[in-house]
Amino acid sequence: MDAALHDAEALRSEIWRVAGAVTDPEIPVLSIADLGVLRAVDIVDGAIEVAITPTYSGCPAMNMIALEIELALAKAGLGPVRVKTVLSPAWTTEWMSEEGRAKLRAYGIAPPAKGGGRRALFGEEEVACPQCGSTDTAELAPFGSTSCKSLWQCKTCREPFDYFKCH
Amino acid sequence: MAAASIIVAETPLVRYLLRRADDALILGHRLSEWCGKAPMMEEEMALANMGLDLIGQARALYTYAGEVEAAGRDEDAYAYLRDVRGYGNLLLVEQPNGDFAATMVRQLFYSAFIDPYWRALMASPDATLAAIAAKAEKESAYHVRHSAEWVIRLGDGTPESHRRAQDALDNLWAFTGEMFETDAGEQSLIADGLVPDPAALRAVWHESVAKVVAQAGLTLPQGGWMQKGGRSGQHSEHLGHLLSDLQYMQRAFPGATW
Repeated sequence: MDAALHDAEALRSEIWRVAGAVTDPEIPVLSIADLGVLRAVDIVDGAIEVAITPTYSGCPAMNMIALEIELALAKAGLGPVRVKTVLSPAWTTEWMSEEGRAKLRAYGIAPPAKGGGRRALFGEEEVACPQCGSTDTAELAPFGSTSCKSLWQCKTCREPFDYFKCH
Repeated sequence: MAAASIIVAETPLVRYLLRRADDALILGHRLSEWCGKAPMMEEEMALANMGLDLIGQARALYTYAGEVEAAGRDEDAYAYLRDVRGYGNLLLVEQPNGDFAATMVRQLFYSAFIDPYWRALMASPDATLAAIAAKAEKESAYHVRHSAEWVIRLGDGTPESHRRAQDALDNLWAFTGEMFETDAGEQSLIADGLVPDPAALRAVWHESVAKVVAQAGLTLPQGGWMQKGGRSGQHSEHLGHLLSDLQYMQRAFPGATW
């Protein structure tokens, strides 16, 4: 690999590291890299292009995330940057990293079931309480405090909790 | 000085995108009208969440319409600067919220149609359309489930909730036929294999709605005369009032930002 190419590769991974560390304004323990919202980093004619994808079509956090990416890169002395939104392939909870799932659980939000998807709509999913681990849980409301969550309650420890919906 | 209205030079694809976006925007706006007035906290969240999904879908469709039209217009120009006759949404989605039963029946009628529609559109050779559909389809699945559960609960609830749910079915039924209508422009897109034919989804829609209505102990109206006109800009009086609310700021203070 020649030096210039090597430098470009190093720059790209540095951008990925800095941009990926931006956190979700609604769930501050998760970075956009954990969530799978950060999709690509490119350098086009010397300008940085960062691609992000929304979790839900109407996710109001997207503008905030784009702004945070610009700020984080500017602070690291990287730029100019253009943040673009890509829709394809559609975001899915399957992209959430194992680390992200563990962080969610520690924060008190039940992580999405692996391989859930539409089956979740037919009551076939098992959701473990993030507090006590019991799977004797019930959904209280299908639409929670943000688009990506529903409200559940544990029948064992009685604690209500947010569940990150399968998508 | 008030902002002037825009008139869009509609090719079949631009027209198609605006029609679908208008459906989502107007229904999303209707759901947002429930903010602060929903019958309970959980429903307050659910209605706002579903409204947000719909407005997000509208944004993606308007943005794509802007790219296709290539006249330098963005999502806001289409939403805020077209007059009522330029809107092509279904008459169904502009109907007032009424009571909670009417809102849920309207949601079921639309969601049970648009959910399989998005799924069919995912196969479009147009990558942007397919991507928008793939995103929307995950959301509409939740809307079908939620509205179906409520229609069942209301129909199977008290005599009063049953009566209101049946009234809603009877009153909104005449607006369902328009979902399956297409004009010559859309038919050309269908013939090109770019978008699915909504008429092909009528049986699927009818079956899923009939199943919910039967489980609710309600009666689904049969056939009858169907109202239409929304797709060609001939709206009920309700849309003008809705737009005066939705567009007020940008009309009174053109280009206002905050």
